[in-house]
Amino acid sequence: MIAYIVRRVLYAFPLLLGINLITFVLFFVVNSPDDMAKNQLGQKHTTAQQIEDWKRERGYNLPLIYNEDASAGAKFTETIFYQKSIRLFVFDFGSSDSGRDISYDIANRMWPSLTIAVPHLIVGLLITITFALLIAFFRASYIDYWAVIICVALMSISTLFYIIGGQFIIGKLLKVVPISGYDTGLDALKFLILPVIIGIVGGIGSGTRWYRTIFLEEIGKDYVRTARSKGISEQLVLFRHVLRNALIPILTGVVVVLPLLFMGSLLTENFFGIPGLGSYTIDAINRQDFAIVRSMVYLGSVLYIIGLILTDISYTLVDPRIRLS
Amino acid sequence: MLFQPVILITDALFFALTTVIFVFVMIARKKEHLRRPWGKVIKRTTGAVALVVLICYYSIALLDSMHFRLKLENVTQSEYQYSNEILSVLDVLMASMRTQVEKTFSAPLAVQLFSKEMVQQDDGSMQQIYPRLKYGGAHLDDPLSEKSKDLVKISIRAIVMAILCWAGFWLLTVWRNSKSKHSSFSASLQRFVSGDSEYPLRAIAITTGLITIAIFVSMFVGSKYHLFGTDKVGQDVFYQAIKSIRTGILIGALTTLVMLPVAITLGAMAGFFRGWVDDVIQYIYTTLNSIPHVLLIAASVLLLQVYMSNNAEGFDSLTERADLRLLFLCLILGITSWTGLCRLLRAETFKLREMEYIQAATAFGVTKSNILARHIMPNFMHIVLITVVLDFSGLVLAEAVLSYINIGVDPATHSWGNMINQARLEMARDPAVWWSLTAAFIFMFTLVLFANLFADVVRDALDPRISGSE
Repeated sequence: MIAYIVRRVLYAFPLLLGINLITFVLFFVVNSPDDMAKNQLGQKHTTAQQIEDWKRERGYNLPLIYNEDASAGAKFTETIFYQKSIRLFVFDFGSSDSGRDISYDIANRMWPSLTIAVPHLIVGLLITITFALLIAFFRASYIDYWAVIICVALMSISTLFYIIGGQFIIGKLLKVVPISGYDTGLDALKFLILPVIIGIVGGIGSGTRWYRTIFLEEIGKDYVRTARSKGISEQLVLFRHVLRNALIPILTGVVVVLPLLFMGSLLTENFFGIPGLGSYTIDAINRQDFAIVRSMVYLGSVLYIIGLILTDISYTLVDPRIRLS
Repeated sequence: MLFQPVILITDALFFALTTVIFVFVMIARKKEHLRRPWGKVIKRTTGAVALVVLICYYSIALLDSMHFRLKLENVTQSEYQYSNEILSVLDVLMASMRTQVEKTFSAPLAVQLFSKEMVQQDDGSMQQIYPRLKYGGAHLDDPLSEKSKDLVKISIRAIVMAILCWAGFWLLTVWRNSKSKHSSFSASLQRFVSGDSEYPLRAIAITTGLITIAIFVSMFVGSKYHLFGTDKVGQDVFYQAIKSIRTGILIGALTTLVMLPVAITLGAMAGFFRGWVDDVIQYIYTTLNSIPHVLLIAASVLLLQVYMSNNAEGFDSLTERADLRLLFLCLILGITSWTGLCRLLRAETFKLREMEYIQAATAFGVTKSNILARHIMPNFMHIVLITVVLDFSGLVLAEAVLSYINIGVDPATHSWGNMINQARLEMARDPAVWWSLTAAFIFMFTLVLFANLFADVVRDALDPRISGSE
């Protein structure tokens, strides 16, 4: 087991290197630091000196890959590739283009993201699984037919409309909770309810439909027929046998997204003014702060790879038939 | 020449795609193994109805892709000079809606502006009133009493004309059917009305009827009123929503067009050659897949913005610039979405290459490239088609979200995402300005819903695992 995990983690390194190369090429080769400086300082009335200053302040004034002026080992370390890209490997994000410490910001903004994402995931999962199980119980009837159509209709509504509509109806017309904002401690509750509810409602369509297919696949299997032929009631078959076995694909599907919960949701956080990592990313995109976007790309990739490794491990934990090799 | 045709890059690609679809349909009609699954799609009521709606959207996008420049009038005969403004055929058809620009917001079907203004009365005094619109309901003398009557009158005229056109077309179809089947006209008509036909003709007829009525009513009412009101700068919202169709369809269709060659070649190669080829291709798509898609798109678009602002002089017109950005967005979306299909195709090729007929082909000495092209690729095409239709709706939705974060299409391009982005803050007004959002919602929801329904039917018909068990 441990040998397997070690091997999986080692596998991740070439991937991370590849991601690093892609971000490096995207951010420094396609557009040179000069372009970025010009973009940030404005097109007109920008002197070469200003550009040079801007680059020096942010450490972009080094050669890309190979520094001829430096001595020995510094030939490779005194470069943008080493300073900006290789250092991401040890999660040294450096400072943003506006001079703030990115690691500090990330550590701070992670928690608001989690307070939204975790209840959203758990409650949403419970609700969609319940719905899917109910539909599976009434399978091949009119209830099933119309439930699937409603699911498809719900899926066809853009997230933007769920958020705008929810804010308008619950926040503005009914005035139940504030439309947006954030607070610490228990006061945060009234700000969190709306985004969590809207997030859940927005995910019901696709979630229910997906879990329904998983349940239906499971219902067609031999052990279910055996259980029925033993005379077990349909409810018991569903809850005891089908649900338990269907949980394997459901849970392993959830494990992948677990690490990504830290990243938060871009849209929700932006609309509701929650100071999490999602709105951090959006703000960086709007301000064209490339240092932050680069860090978030890397962080997101690392979390995704961790999620993949966790998925493989969780398979073996919930399904003893699968053996690691 | 009265006009000079302009073919933007996306237009060319869109026409190419249309030709490909057309050729495929022509070929599929002649080959039984292709005709059967697609016949199944059309025989299902949901599939047929969804197809009709999608064809409508596609035609509007196609009309909107035929661009040209009008000749300027006040120039001497000897030299040709064309206007800088690039128009499309759709613009000409909807000319009244495009040109009737009000001052600012006005509600759907309104005759007055949304906000009060100081206006000088006839006797010289200043007064706060809702001024009349320049175009919306301008033909009415007394809007308060006449408006509803006028609206009903226009709508009834439109509906009657729509029904006449529609009934004429379908009676002709039924008549031709009865000729070809050598049965009497009344018997054919009876079968048609009761829905007793091989294809769900009745459902198709009802759908086309509703669409015809919608088109006629919106054109008739839209030429005298603003059907969905006007936006902040007084532009007709209905016109914007219609213009956005092209962007939505293009994003959904062109993205798949640019990603398909890559996904198919790499997927087939990885599964067929295995070994180091497989390792390299797997590495590439796992790496790309690990990067969160939104962030990769954001990074690429940001860099494009920097490039465009630094090379602003390289673009002839705003339209061309916006067009290039649209194309680039399709490319980026293609880069992030080919990985899933590639993985599916690799697994399928893995399975196919162990089949007996491949062994037979190898034994006969067929070259590897020939085996790939003639024996493997045709056998995984159903996966390609299913993925294409399944991805389409997701891409349309993605466009809206990306435009909202300002990393989507150019702000000057008409798109549902841009409409939402510009209108969402107006919801906070009191009373709220809801019509832009509603229009965007209706048009986007219809497209995505029917694309989703169509995708489901296509998957059921084309996937041998599902269709075999029926």
